Amino acid sequence: MKFAIQVNEGPYQHQATDSAYQFTKAALEAGHEIMRVFFYHDGVNNGTNLTTPPQDDRNIVKRWSELGKQHDLDLVVCVAAAQRRGIVDEGEMQRNGKDAQNIAEGFRISGLGQLVEAGIQSDRLVVFGD
Amino acid sequence: MSTLHTVNKSPFEKSSMDSCLAYAKAGSSVLMYEDGIYGAIKGTGCTQKIAAKDGVNFYVLGPDLKARGVSEDKVADGIEIVDYAKFVSLAAENDKVQAWV
Repeated sequence: MKFAIQVNEGPYQHQATDSAYQFTKAALEAGHEIMRVFFYHDGVNNGTNLTTPPQDDRNIVKRWSELGKQHDLDLVVCVAAAQRRGIVDEGEMQRNGKDAQNIAEGFRISGLGQLVEAGIQSDRLVVFGD
Repeated sequence: MSTLHTVNKSPFEKSSMDSCLAYAKAGSSVLMYEDGIYGAIKGTGCTQKIAAKDGVNFYVLGPDLKARGVSEDKVADGIEIVDYAKFVSLAAENDKVQAWV
């Protein structure tokens, strides 16, 4: 079955990111397809490579990047939410005249249309967040 | 058309569980996880409402019980304790997933 995941909450806030990660992992282990993980609202903060959590804590951003790499996941950060919160890739850096970029490995910035498409093309859209 | 309803907030903090119970139809399922697990503890007003809900299947996520130090014997009768694998199968078995936040 084809799942799409929506994450509306930032890392280390409550538990939504952790739940979404565990659900995604369990779905992949069961042989399901994850066609997209869409990070919306504060969820875009899951896609910054500037976090440095203590070594004995889980590294939420890195964990997504690694799972994404392992399973070739489409990790999409909402552009409007990202602009508000300072999540920047090469294209956004140039377009908005910024002097740095911080998009984490395996993530890409795109529009809300990607969420709509995920809702249409997947069998189930599962939402995590506040 | 069956729905998996997910509730991630404590019923003692927010009204999302009440909203969920008001909408859940017979044949649907309700999964309590994150702080939602507090709704599954026996002897509260919430579990009375759950017991009164005929034809709806209730589940609680085991790892989130454990994370909060709630032992499994505190879970009310009729609520099944599940893991993430079962969470995924519930999402697949039902026709859609509705998150109450």
